[in-house]
Amino acid sequence: MKENMTKQLLMGNEAIARGLIESGCQLATAYPGTPSTEILQAVIDGRDAAVEPLHIEWSVNEKVAFEVALAGSYTGKRTAVVMKQVGLNVAADPFMRTAYLGVKGGMVTIVADDPGPHSSQNEQDTRLFCLQARVPVLDPASPAEAKAMVSTAFELSEKHELNVVLRPTTRICHSRQNITPESTVKLVRTADFQKDPTRWAATPAFLPQLHRKLNSTLEQIAAEPTLQPRLIEGDGSYSRTAFVASGIAYGNLVDLVDDLGLNGKVDIYQVLMSYPLSSTFINTLNEDYDRVLILEETYPVIELQLAHPGAVGKQGGTVPREGELTPDIMHQAVAGFLGLATPDEAPAERRGQRPSLCPGCPHRAAFYSIKKCFPQGIFPSDIGCYTLGLNLGAVNTVHCMGACISQGAGFYQAYQQDGEVPTIVVTIGDSTFFHAGIPALINAVIQQARIIIVILDNATTAMTGGQPVPHMGVSAGGQSTKAVAIEPLVRASGVDFLEVCDPYDSQRFEELLWQADAYTRSPDGGVAVLISRHGCTMDRNVLKAQESFLVTINDKCIGCRKCVDAFECPALLMDSDSNMAMVNQDRCIGCGTCISVCPVDAIIKEEKP
Amino acid sequence: MKQQIIVSGLGGQGVLFLTRVIAQVAVNRETPVLTAETHGMAQRGGTVLSTIKVGDFASPLIRTGQADVGLLLWEANLEVHRSLLKNSGSLLINSDNAGEGERIDASGIARELGNAVLSNLVLLGLAIRQKSLFCTAEECETAIRQLAPAKFVEQNLAAFHKGIDL
Repeated sequence: MKENMTKQLLMGNEAIARGLIESGCQLATAYPGTPSTEILQAVIDGRDAAVEPLHIEWSVNEKVAFEVALAGSYTGKRTAVVMKQVGLNVAADPFMRTAYLGVKGGMVTIVADDPGPHSSQNEQDTRLFCLQARVPVLDPASPAEAKAMVSTAFELSEKHELNVVLRPTTRICHSRQNITPESTVKLVRTADFQKDPTRWAATPAFLPQLHRKLNSTLEQIAAEPTLQPRLIEGDGSYSRTAFVASGIAYGNLVDLVDDLGLNGKVDIYQVLMSYPLSSTFINTLNEDYDRVLILEETYPVIELQLAHPGAVGKQGGTVPREGELTPDIMHQAVAGFLGLATPDEAPAERRGQRPSLCPGCPHRAAFYSIKKCFPQGIFPSDIGCYTLGLNLGAVNTVHCMGACISQGAGFYQAYQQDGEVPTIVVTIGDSTFFHAGIPALINAVIQQARIIIVILDNATTAMTGGQPVPHMGVSAGGQSTKAVAIEPLVRASGVDFLEVCDPYDSQRFEELLWQADAYTRSPDGGVAVLISRHGCTMDRNVLKAQESFLVTINDKCIGCRKCVDAFECPALLMDSDSNMAMVNQDRCIGCGTCISVCPVDAIIKEEKP
Repeated sequence: MKQQIIVSGLGGQGVLFLTRVIAQVAVNRETPVLTAETHGMAQRGGTVLSTIKVGDFASPLIRTGQADVGLLLWEANLEVHRSLLKNSGSLLINSDNAGEGERIDASGIARELGNAVLSNLVLLGLAIRQKSLFCTAEECETAIRQLAPAKFVEQNLAAFHKGIDL
């Protein structure tokens, strides 16, 4: 296997996946979410390198994923669960209790944070979550270090029988680096669950003792020799002064110090384990340093534990308390701290072109019809590509996975107290529906909410790159499995109005929306569900299977911009010379869903030549 | 040798592939390399940026005014990413308009080759012609052969050579 042992260009997420396989992980579970998604995908792609059986699953949500991996670890095998930072909120319940009860085989929880945030609903810091949960957390500064920390985490987890968190951030997950693969360890473990009700089913009677044991274990972990902060020692040019950094902020600091000609002049500590922080390290800093600058993402977790009177960081505002610690922002902080010439303020962050639903996206057709039928409606929506329904004015709220159905019900309860209820149309993707939508649907039904729920079923988890969904009958490795269809779930939840329609057929789709609205307002009405079903156009097989036309705009166009602004397809733009709309043939997929949008029938379709 | 490179464009334009090709060249040379990429929501047609740092670096991110080379697949991103480039840096832009930097109608050329996404490799070809990058045409060819799906290798190389030879 010569090729495997030479350096490869690996994304941080691929490096972590490689680390999982090399460490003998036997159960790997995840729910996709940026920036963590590629980790499990790379485990799937690299599973041939595993030397022992390896179960891989895209679980239905993060809580489920965590619990599956947890029980796997009870049998003595190594397991891992992967999620993004807000996924840990979903898995919080089992995560918190696991700290007290512990694990048997090594269990690593990989939680990818998203400072910025780039692609998330907040920029919460998993390290702070770990401080609250009392779970050790490792904070890698590069893809190579992230890979190495996977085996460290497994060893630490097994030695102390505790779940251990590896917390990469976006800039680790989505960075690439030359990395040398290593050979896979062969652990030869058979499942052997040792029953111990005082632990695995611990009642309150046993919890104070387990809590006490956890606290004493954390003290031992904080003192682990291999996990002590690493020092790059300065020459004393800046006496009794130190930088303390972790994660990508450490990498940025090393490059910045080099750029500024400060190499070897200031003491720099890299914190590898942000919690629990070594008490020896805390004492050293207190005794040997008067001034310390702490650089960490995203919350002041090291800073809080350090409690050093001369330390500055996020708490006093020396370092910005929100957003990514970019090299420019770090330059400001470092220059200010050392009294160097302060650089000009970096130019304000500009975001450039906003993202849009893809040309031909079935969600666009559905959103356009919803907005057209109910211009005064209230539109709760959710997490996924379809959040981009914002651009069409057909999304009014986006909160967290599955929230839209309950928010729709909440809007209904508040409005109905006053009499007049606007049409409430909830939009939720198929994967999100399975993740957290089903309990919300049952609740809406039993609380007699009168709302329309449009399930945007594109047969995939599109935003994160097309992971399988439960109704497709395909498992993580591509093998077939039992399919769980949406319709029977909806009916079993007590929904009496259920229709399915392809949103490309806008006329029929709009008729059904009107029928649904009438149903919600009828004497025996309640929740109406409309499944908007059309495959994701990112899927080549979907594109191949659907008709494609040559779509053009003729000179009947009056330049009203309706197709460009209200329909917002990236393949439609205004020609500034003629002030008429035109089709960008590089982008157009020839679906023709824009045709019905034009008030003067200037958009036409023909057979492709 | 150290070089800092930015690749800027819109999601779907092949920024990630171009980033990987350049980074693969460094890997083949056994030179350390770090990249940072944009994934997630922005990939749906929004502005995306990759940074590549070749040589002895610890982080993939680039500070204002530190990039040696800017490869722009979308001209309008100039106002967003121009500030990352050094004053002496070389700027290569996919555009059929006149303006600053070295320009090439990479999308037009790629369209003639049958796929507008090939503009990324046309622009890479221009960067090689201008001797802006740390590497040679042959090294890029090797990396393209390694990374492109087998059935698209020849088309990819054709696009790359159009950028070099025009």
